[in-house]
Amino acid sequence: MAKVNIKIEGIPFEVEAGMTILEAAKRCGFEIPSLCTFQGNECSMGSCRVCLVEATGARGLVASCVYPVAEGMEITISSPKATAARRSSVELLLSNHNKNCQQCDKNGKCELLHVAKITGARDDMYQGEQTPVTVDQLTPSIVRDTSKCVLCGRCVARCKNAHGMGILGFEKRGFNTIVAPAENRSFANSPCILCGQCVSVCPTGALMEVSEISKVDEAMKAGKYVVVQTAPAVRAALGEEFDMPIGSLVTGKMVAALKRLGFKKVFDTNFAADLTIMEEATELLGRIANGGKLPMITSCSPGWVNYAEYNYGDLLPHLSSCKSPHEMFGAILKSYYCEKNGIDPKDMFVVSIMPCTAKKSEKARPELSVNGLPDVDAVLTTRELAKLIKRSGINFVKLPDAEFDNDIVGDYTGAGVIFGTTGGVMEAALRTAAFKLTGNELDKVDMTAVRGFDGIKEASYDLGGTTVKVAVAHGMKNAKVLLDDIRAGKSEYHFIEIMGCPGGCIAGGGQPYVRPCFLPNEDADIMDTFKAKRAAALYQEDASKALRVSHKNPQVIALYDEYLGEPNSHKAHELLHTHYTAKEKFSK
Amino acid sequence: MAHLQEAAAKKIIEICDRYANDKTPLMMILSDIQKEYGYIPLEVQELVSEKTGISVAEIYGVVTFYSFFSLTPKGKYVIGVCLGTACYVKGAQQIVDKFSEIIGIKAGETSADGLFTLDALRCIGACGIAPAVTINGKVYPKLTVDAVPKIVAEYRAMEATNND
Repeated sequence: MAKVNIKIEGIPFEVEAGMTILEAAKRCGFEIPSLCTFQGNECSMGSCRVCLVEATGARGLVASCVYPVAEGMEITISSPKATAARRSSVELLLSNHNKNCQQCDKNGKCELLHVAKITGARDDMYQGEQTPVTVDQLTPSIVRDTSKCVLCGRCVARCKNAHGMGILGFEKRGFNTIVAPAENRSFANSPCILCGQCVSVCPTGALMEVSEISKVDEAMKAGKYVVVQTAPAVRAALGEEFDMPIGSLVTGKMVAALKRLGFKKVFDTNFAADLTIMEEATELLGRIANGGKLPMITSCSPGWVNYAEYNYGDLLPHLSSCKSPHEMFGAILKSYYCEKNGIDPKDMFVVSIMPCTAKKSEKARPELSVNGLPDVDAVLTTRELAKLIKRSGINFVKLPDAEFDNDIVGDYTGAGVIFGTTGGVMEAALRTAAFKLTGNELDKVDMTAVRGFDGIKEASYDLGGTTVKVAVAHGMKNAKVLLDDIRAGKSEYHFIEIMGCPGGCIAGGGQPYVRPCFLPNEDADIMDTFKAKRAAALYQEDASKALRVSHKNPQVIALYDEYLGEPNSHKAHELLHTHYTAKEKFSK
Repeated sequence: MAHLQEAAAKKIIEICDRYANDKTPLMMILSDIQKEYGYIPLEVQELVSEKTGISVAEIYGVVTFYSFFSLTPKGKYVIGVCLGTACYVKGAQQIVDKFSEIIGIKAGETSADGLFTLDALRCIGACGIAPAVTINGKVYPKLTVDAVPKIVAEYRAMEATNND
């Protein structure tokens, strides 16, 4: 790589040619305040003008996030001209911003407020036209509030990069410019899959999850039997909300916190992940043996299910009919568990802590219910759980570890834990499929070919004479490649795992925000490494479990013996399976 | 998309195919559709999206960014009043207001009889003849507020004659 010599604040440096000033300054130990730019090249439009600096050879001040370094360039960050310009840029943004910061859920993680502070932006310096406000809160998942939008374009870029979709775009012009789905529609009647990737990159409160904390409060107040379950990915990220290093595994503290919050029982969704594997592996082997629709595709990710319903209505028979694990758990809690414990299912209130915004909408699907009661009553994101803990006076970091409840349900194996990362459902299913096909336990349960973050992973396994070809995709952009092959009749796979979010649930739309400006103790490349760190936490828990295959979960075995009969039985279908419906993209 | 008539869908696909080898075909496609049909509703944008792989939101963004494109059918006579800087300082706002008053529509709207659409345009590059107005491509240079009623009356008279 060619190098160029530059000076920053009068100090000479040699940096790679072609870098932006912002990036070069970062490498040289300077932190230029910036707002709209995100993760280097994912989104850099230079629209907010917060990162202005002086650079020789340029006409006027330049946006350092888009302006490249050049030989001999002298860059000044701290001059009165540059600091005043950056402050003005922020003040201009604030002049067209809904400054109800105190009530805003983004407070504490708001990058606009952060740059306002460090640039010394003054209140009400400019008064001018205001963008007409749209607040879309029609979906159970995501709120879009244009009064908080700074038009950075990160969400637009993320939707395209992750999914190849581009649900959001810039519309109109001048002060009327907003970021919205076409026609400024609600997410509810556009083909948005509600994954929350846009939420996870928004610098302000323009895109946030719909909070359900008050629903939980009301259920507690009404004296309901409130139980909680936590998805695997939550434990790999919750600690970040309490300034713990990324990748900290906080299973024990999380359980302790939930117990202190007053939940009657604290269960691990992993129990139901094991149950899902029993149902899904049986379904797969059934399809292979009986000439059923292949490849079969996993159905745990509600973002992916939404995508399929909008875009691949013709391929819906390929989806496993299994409900997602937390829905299965809800159904079992409101049937088997209630019966065994003499609880009226109407009094039970099931809360799921999920790394996901799409799960909020999923739980509202009428087909995901048992005897007219929804399987799950409320879904909180990992971030919402952190809020709940913070407001309750719990010192999370100092909590002693506690154990999940597992009276008759709740035990889990390592196979359930890895559901939280791309490739995990596949690996867990293969561990059990191998046993079912060969009758023998695997010597080594680690299936490394389906691990990691390649967009599409494929592998082929010889299981007792049957060759099983599998593929794993995460992010709809990658999934589309596999789906188009199926549509064209070219797919040779038996089983495909698809997760909505790139990286899987560990990087879901409900997980703690990863923002270098709020993570001074993390490495500079944290945006590139955080997924792997969170995934490593899950693989660590998997490796630490004595039982690592779903079919050995003793409580799952007991559940079949005492209640369901066998996997895919009539009773299992009634409680644990669902169906899908093709949807119109832009409904009226 | 089911709402589009077959012939219209065919025509739009044909327009998209014209630019199949272009790297950035969107402006050309939208421009041709606008000329052909006078407007570009969402159903049409969906079809263009399917053909080009460009998201509907992005297409909608382009359609709403440029005043040349329209989401609703335009009137028979499209009055474009330039509100660029030069025209504005020469009193273009009063000219828009006058058209608005006489026809009874706001800028961006189309009259109920479908005769007129009034568009407030950004600079059309005719600053030397400011304030400038175009009606279906015919240019009216250095227009005064007083001349506006006469122009509208002329078009109405022309329409009346055509209908006789």
